[in-house]
Amino acid sequence: MNLFDFIIRNRGEVLQLTAEHLVLVLIATGAAVVVGVPVGILLTRRTSLAKPVLAFANVLQTIPSLALFGFLIPLLGSYGIGRVPAIIALFLYSLLPIIRNTFTGINGVDPAVREAARGMGMTDWQMLTQVELPLALNVIVAGVRVATVISVGTATIAAAIGAGGLGTYIFRGLRMNDNTLILAGALPAALMALGADFVLGWLERVLSPGTTTGTAKRQTGVFVGIGAATAVIVVLVIASGVLSKNSRQGVVVGSKDFTEQVILGELLAQTIERESELAVERRFELGGDLCHRGMLAGEIDMYVEYTGTAFAAILKHKPISDAKQVYDQVKSDYKSRFDLDWLDQLGYNNTFAILIRGDVARRLNLRTISEAAKYAPEWRAGFGQDFMSREDGYPGFAKAYGLKFAEAPREMDLSLTYRALAASQVDLIAGNSTDGLIDKLGLFQLEDDRHYFPPYEAAPVVRHEVLERYPQLTALLESLAGKITNEQMRKLNYAVDGEKRQVRDVVREFLDGLKNQSAVR
Amino acid sequence: MVSDPFKYFMNQTPNQSEQNPTDSALSTQHSALPSRTQHSSLPSAIQFRNVALKINQKDLVSGLNFDVIRGETLVLLGRSGSGKTTTLKLINRLLEPTGGEILVESKTTSEWDPIELRRDIGYVIQDTGLFPHFTVERNIAVVPRLKGWPEDKTNERVRELLNLVGLNPDVFAKRYPRELSGGQRQRVGVARALAADPPIVLMDEPFGALDPLTRAGLQREFADLSRRLGKTIVFVTHDIREAYTLASRIGLFKDGHLVELATPDEFAASTDPEAKAFNDSIKS
Repeated sequence: MNLFDFIIRNRGEVLQLTAEHLVLVLIATGAAVVVGVPVGILLTRRTSLAKPVLAFANVLQTIPSLALFGFLIPLLGSYGIGRVPAIIALFLYSLLPIIRNTFTGINGVDPAVREAARGMGMTDWQMLTQVELPLALNVIVAGVRVATVISVGTATIAAAIGAGGLGTYIFRGLRMNDNTLILAGALPAALMALGADFVLGWLERVLSPGTTTGTAKRQTGVFVGIGAATAVIVVLVIASGVLSKNSRQGVVVGSKDFTEQVILGELLAQTIERESELAVERRFELGGDLCHRGMLAGEIDMYVEYTGTAFAAILKHKPISDAKQVYDQVKSDYKSRFDLDWLDQLGYNNTFAILIRGDVARRLNLRTISEAAKYAPEWRAGFGQDFMSREDGYPGFAKAYGLKFAEAPREMDLSLTYRALAASQVDLIAGNSTDGLIDKLGLFQLEDDRHYFPPYEAAPVVRHEVLERYPQLTALLESLAGKITNEQMRKLNYAVDGEKRQVRDVVREFLDGLKNQSAVR
Repeated sequence: MVSDPFKYFMNQTPNQSEQNPTDSALSTQHSALPSRTQHSSLPSAIQFRNVALKINQKDLVSGLNFDVIRGETLVLLGRSGSGKTTTLKLINRLLEPTGGEILVESKTTSEWDPIELRRDIGYVIQDTGLFPHFTVERNIAVVPRLKGWPEDKTNERVRELLNLVGLNPDVFAKRYPRELSGGQRQRVGVARALAADPPIVLMDEPFGALDPLTRAGLQREFADLSRRLGKTIVFVTHDIREAYTLASRIGLFKDGHLVELATPDEFAASTDPEAKAFNDSIKS
């Protein structure tokens, strides 16, 4: 699908994300102007403060945005994800150019003009408002322009912490290796940056006291400035209306930031929408452990978690391989520690899948990892960074099966290991058992006959409070229990990643299928 | 070469000849300071009493003792860095003395509210310090507006002053400083200093940045103007010719001290080595 088609077909979503993006940028830079300009002015009055304050703002600017988001999460507690931290981060980034330009703009006012103003008996306030600010205005606007353009760019990263905006498309596109999606996010963002640059650049030129002649243009500039500010406020009001529409009675469904999770999030969301009157807000594609944090903060009401992840990464237990024991432990720990309820498993197990090429498996008649171990000395292996480093990954795995490869395993990006295996560059990889590429590339998953890998059974986790408030949810969501096999999950994943179909449509068809099945029975 | 600088100047601004400002137009008393006529008994407008200013262990000026007589044009002459501009800024409290005291209208500057004081003293500086974002009209109206004059009175005053300094209000009122020549800018600077009719005007090398012909023209015109207005004027320059053209008395500065204070005739015969050096520089 080309970019134009995509945007036409998804214009509602494109507009929504653009509005979200704009709101993030406007609130953040607006706040930065409100704070930064007075701080800049203060620095011109207390010059001893100028150096440390500018240095501090400089340091803020150099913090990589993802790291800054990371710092903000624990600091902000229950506001750790979503728009609030995104706006705070963008605000911090916008501060430096605005403070610096206010400071240098005012200091750049001709000393003779300043002396004349003082000598004529202007008070400090009069000098500031009648002389210094008007003369520094174009420089200050230049700072706002820089801040705005930076914010438009940085706001794309805010999608990683669930703040929405055009970055949502960019991240989704990167994950799915889909250039159309990346462009659908990047192009409007670039246009927005260029537009802001153009308008503010024009305003800056008009407000510059040295370049235009006559009063007319300057006045036009001021009027346009006021007009633009009004327009911005109108957009804000409309956009906030659009955005707050979601906050009526209902539930918030979250998901992590990979395709399978988005599909599962959509599955929960559509199930609720079909079978109840509840409104559903989707907070998808949250990175790291943001889903869990969001649940604890009450910002998210449910998402699908994996037993093994909860067991090891969240509860910090030592990995064990008994699926039922892990599920029971996780369920009772979540209840007592977090007041979160685990519902019944969806049916599949998204664990590490040890994969070899299908033709090799057939030729050597291999079924289990133990059987394959004796060929390992002739084979090369390729693993993702994650598998190489984690406790239940390669070191323990090699030991459990006594594996020795022809050479040290190659460490590469997970998605590349599939292609490397299919192209016979390596002979064994560790993928995800639900990855759509397994079927597509004709790979074979060896059975973990020694039960080395901990189970990663998927199940919905819901805040207890929400289940109490909407008791119908339990039965509704448990109707999905056991309905998704590994095969089915692979197919769903492939429909989105491989066939580039919309998650919404794929999930709708799947649910239609379930309904027909139960009707037949 | 034009032999008569004033004529040259007139050619530059032909509109000047049609205006013939009257003194009565300027005599309206808007100032908080007592006027010359009201207080003729008090001869000194400004008094320096053993004034010193030390910044970072360095004496900028010291031992200053002199009076500025009401209605005179006192020219402070000296080389760069001799302390004359510093002395000027002590009068309108842009600088505070570290020793001694300065009396303006019998009140020490520290007793004056600095804002009030500055609004009652005209101030002209070399680079004019015109506000580039204001029209000529608004530049001149700054002090009257700060003082809260009614709008129509301010507007009337602006036209009067433009006529007085030889600029046609219909032509120049709406222009911006950058649309003026150097000489025209300096005229606006003078008009602005006179706007609220202050009894005292401080001028810091106002004609210093102008070309020689324009400067000579403005000096003569200004000498004439200052005699008619009867203001007390303290005028800083490093140009001995300018001092002779304008001064009723010349005060000579060297290394932060006032080394000579005399009428132009006395100054021409001064035995002070610095005064001699200045006088020698114009002997041909």
